[in-house]
Amino acid sequence: MGYFLQQLINGLTLGMIYGLIAIGYTMVYGIIGMINFAHGEIFMIGAFISIITFLALGLVGVGWVPLALLIVLLATMLLTSVYGWALERVAYRPLRSSPRLAALITAIGMSIFLQNYVQLLQGARNKPLQPVITGGMRFLEDGEFAVNFSFLQMLIIALTIALMIGFTLLINRTALGRSQRACQQDLGMAALIGIDVDRTISLTFIMGASLASVAGLMFLLNYGVIDFYIGFLAGVKAFTAAVLGGIGSVPGAMLGGLLIGLIEAFWSAYFSVEYKDVAAFAILVLVLIFRPTGLLGKPDVEKV
Amino acid sequence: MQAPGARPPFDLLGALKDAGRVAAVVALLTVALLGARVQDASSGPPLLFRFDDVIAAAALAFFGRLGVALLRARRALPVLVGAIAFALGLTAILLLGTAAGGGEGAVLARRILPFASPVVNWTLAIAAWIMSARAAWLLWHASESTLDSEAREARMDRLGARIQEWARLVGPLLLGVAVVLPFLPGIDRRLLDIAVLVVTYIMLGWGLNIVVGLAGLLDLGYVAFYAVGAYSYALLALYFDLGFWTCLPLAGIMSAFAGILLGFPVLRLRGDYLAIVTLGFGEIIRIILLNWYTFTNGPDGISGIPRPTLFGLPFTANPAEGEASFHSFFGLEYSPLDRIVFLYYLILALALVTNLFTLRIRKLPVGRAWEALREDEIACRSLGVHPRNTKLTAFSIGAMFGGFGGSFFATRQGFISPESFTFLESAIILAIVVLGGMGSQIGIVFAAILLIGLPEVFRDLNQYRMLAFGLAMVTIMVWRPRGLLAHREPTIRITDHPSHGADPAQETRA
Amino acid sequence: MSRADRALLSVEHLTMRFGGLVAIDDVSFEAPRAKITAIIGPNGAGKTTVFNCLTGFYKPTVGRLALRHPRRGEFLLERMEGHAIPAAAGVARTFQNIRLFPGMSVLENLLIAQHNALMRASGYTVGALLGLGGYAAAERRAIERARYWLDRVGLVDRADWNAGNLPYGAQRRLEIVRAMCIEPVLLCLDEPAAGLNPRESAELNALLTFIRDEHQVTLLLIEHDMSVVMEISDHVVVLDYGRKIADGTPEAVRNDPAVIRAYLGEPEEEARE
Repeated sequence: MGYFLQQLINGLTLGMIYGLIAIGYTMVYGIIGMINFAHGEIFMIGAFISIITFLALGLVGVGWVPLALLIVLLATMLLTSVYGWALERVAYRPLRSSPRLAALITAIGMSIFLQNYVQLLQGARNKPLQPVITGGMRFLEDGEFAVNFSFLQMLIIALTIALMIGFTLLINRTALGRSQRACQQDLGMAALIGIDVDRTISLTFIMGASLASVAGLMFLLNYGVIDFYIGFLAGVKAFTAAVLGGIGSVPGAMLGGLLIGLIEAFWSAYFSVEYKDVAAFAILVLVLIFRPTGLLGKPDVEKV
Repeated sequence: MQAPGARPPFDLLGALKDAGRVAAVVALLTVALLGARVQDASSGPPLLFRFDDVIAAAALAFFGRLGVALLRARRALPVLVGAIAFALGLTAILLLGTAAGGGEGAVLARRILPFASPVVNWTLAIAAWIMSARAAWLLWHASESTLDSEAREARMDRLGARIQEWARLVGPLLLGVAVVLPFLPGIDRRLLDIAVLVVTYIMLGWGLNIVVGLAGLLDLGYVAFYAVGAYSYALLALYFDLGFWTCLPLAGIMSAFAGILLGFPVLRLRGDYLAIVTLGFGEIIRIILLNWYTFTNGPDGISGIPRPTLFGLPFTANPAEGEASFHSFFGLEYSPLDRIVFLYYLILALALVTNLFTLRIRKLPVGRAWEALREDEIACRSLGVHPRNTKLTAFSIGAMFGGFGGSFFATRQGFISPESFTFLESAIILAIVVLGGMGSQIGIVFAAILLIGLPEVFRDLNQYRMLAFGLAMVTIMVWRPRGLLAHREPTIRITDHPSHGADPAQETRA
Repeated sequence: MSRADRALLSVEHLTMRFGGLVAIDDVSFEAPRAKITAIIGPNGAGKTTVFNCLTGFYKPTVGRLALRHPRRGEFLLERMEGHAIPAAAGVARTFQNIRLFPGMSVLENLLIAQHNALMRASGYTVGALLGLGGYAAAERRAIERARYWLDRVGLVDRADWNAGNLPYGAQRRLEIVRAMCIEPVLLCLDEPAAGLNPRESAELNALLTFIRDEHQVTLLLIEHDMSVVMEISDHVVVLDYGRKIADGTPEAVRNDPAVIRAYLGEPEEEARE
């Protein structure tokens, strides 16, 4: 029971991270119908900017953890969203009316570029970070084993929920959210009724990137080590989450993220750690074959 | 509308503002990742700051953007002066720095240069020279009006057509060079090794081109079939003691079978989903190879894979008792180069088979159906083309050639491990196909020489190779989404088949 | 009634629902052999959906679609896979927004329409790759058929053009003759006259009557252009909101008060005819 509960907590934490990345995939897909393959790299860049900001704050002597965390959070959201914005502006906007495959190839090219850019600038080795938040709550103690709910995990879950609430309000209550939903329905029509489509798409990328950067920060804190390659796997898993939840649906992305996180945690715990990544890919393949619209997606009728 | 040669009005303040914005964005992009490097050593400061690089990047962005804006407005003179001054200065310092060796001059040069890496500096210098050339060209041809995008498309299409026409002449020439390459003067072991590598990628590019270029199926997991071929070859050769020429077709069949197995459920998916699923499949294969110890020996890989033989003649210095080797059979002096020459011809033959196969099948109904599926799947269905089966043939044939390539890889290396079959390999092969012009056979040759050969010859470029791959993929797609040399010749012409005046409908009329 | 007298196509109780939306509601009609049947109705009446059901792009929720092929017997289209309907049952179609293979040549477009016959002739590729005989002759025959049809629509000179570079009217004609290259018994045309000028429209009428009279093909036609409908169709089916509201000769239908009310709208709009 205790072991199960522990995996549940671990899985939820992981799922929150995947969910935050998945939102970026799902929003971009919803609005311009492309798979932003480079989104995983945006997450990785977020993690790198976080570690650099932490180390820089350490050098200038900001020692109080809540303040340091807040500065890192804001810095990584700001700087990473510039990457998201530039990505769309440079690589995707010129291809908006091109065939889908051209845009996907560009996205893959961008992903390769960003990965190697970070590798060149920061080196290929693992980058460790001393634990920033330590301690936690232990309960259900049973001899050797106790369920550990660390403060870090609490922070990750709380922060994700807060971001989700803010984000939902943003989409449902503001003019930006309305124009976003209009663009999802029909880009051409949205432009006709006077919505600034370029701006809306840019803002979508900025929001997606800033959520992914928070995920990068959480990943860094949770695992304590990052490298330039983390974006690939996390990206594919988050994309799986978005597809599982129903691509185009924001609640679906969060739900999918949680499910992928839980599946990964339980799979590693009860089956095999080695094949945990196979589980994510297998789910992706199965969902796409049997229910391509995902759990919360709308069915899409083939236009002839 | 303006008269030719008239200069459009130029808003200097606006251009300055715009360049300033670009510089600000570049500064924001680079401030963390370029401005501070996380140090690997546990002692000493955790960060190394390089803010001068950030400033240099922002300044370059500012002037570059301003220069482009000026060129667009046909104000070429200031750009010419600035770009030439910059290019000259940079080139001079770079040359002096190189000439000075490790002395004081080199230290000084390093301090003046914008970035630490010579490759980046040289790239900058080349970019500045290109900009100067463009500015000079504009000054000399002041009367010509700039092309709009449609005219540019048409011009590029004509260029593509001309290059392909030219390729018909150059193709045999290249083939001739390829055939005599091992005997050309100045070819040493290293260059021959590189040639083997380049031809391997040409073959893989041609194999993947069937899937991506012809059938329009974006396969991001091509390396999986390469891996299946390599492991099939290695395991068959080791456990069943089969020779190369038996294993090669078997490995190809295994890969084709893997292609069918994967393709059958997923080929009805839409293009971009298919891409992601194939990517997933590639990773699944790699993870399985990594963890299935009893079968694949896990991360340690398989070693001692038999080397290829020429009809049973091994390329060894000291053959086993009572057996002949290549050199003793032909009464030659033993040379370690023999095996490499043999490997070279082997892969050249495999590549040519792939090419001839593609050229032939394009003119057959199945090849035309692949291209039709790429163009419009719904129309295909309405004409009675079975979409999944047709895609499946393309997918499995592509996989088969990947398997052949994998077998060759295994026999060349004598050792394989899952590390050789990462997504990166798939990305490299895809980049070759995309840059070659998706469907253009000669384009793939050039792309492979450029992307594989060049960085191998100039080792310094190697660490920038993938960076350049990514950048090139983006640039080419943005510039010409259909591929660089995307001009397509019809597979059949009605003029080749003059009418005999018959009315075929007469026979078939209901 | 002998088999030859019966209609080529019988649509019985066809119903198509998408979720809660009923696009076609219990529609039955027949398409007489070697005649032109027009399906008309206001936008959203479900005309294209009928075509999509007939050609296997949608699986009907309810209904029977029986096609009596003169040589191959009866087919129940609702049970067949999309690609098998043209190949086996001989049902060809065109699309409302032309679907050619724009990057391929005109001739190649017509050869793809003969894909299945050519595949058999090429020994499913293996034979032709090994150089076994028969394929070259089959390809020549296929080109002859293509030439025959290109001649009909005046496109022989442009056979080596990219289909996408043809002018709009020529693309429409090409799509129709491409469909004819599969040797259909039933040809479904989705708004073939849309966007054509009067001269092109007249040429289209001639082409369609030629197909009907000389090749004994049954035509099913969705059309908004009433001049085309009234001039060439032998039989008209009127749909409105997914239901059939009239069925008969063009004269009978144009005088049917229900049709005038539902389709032609207010009486003063009759001038559109």
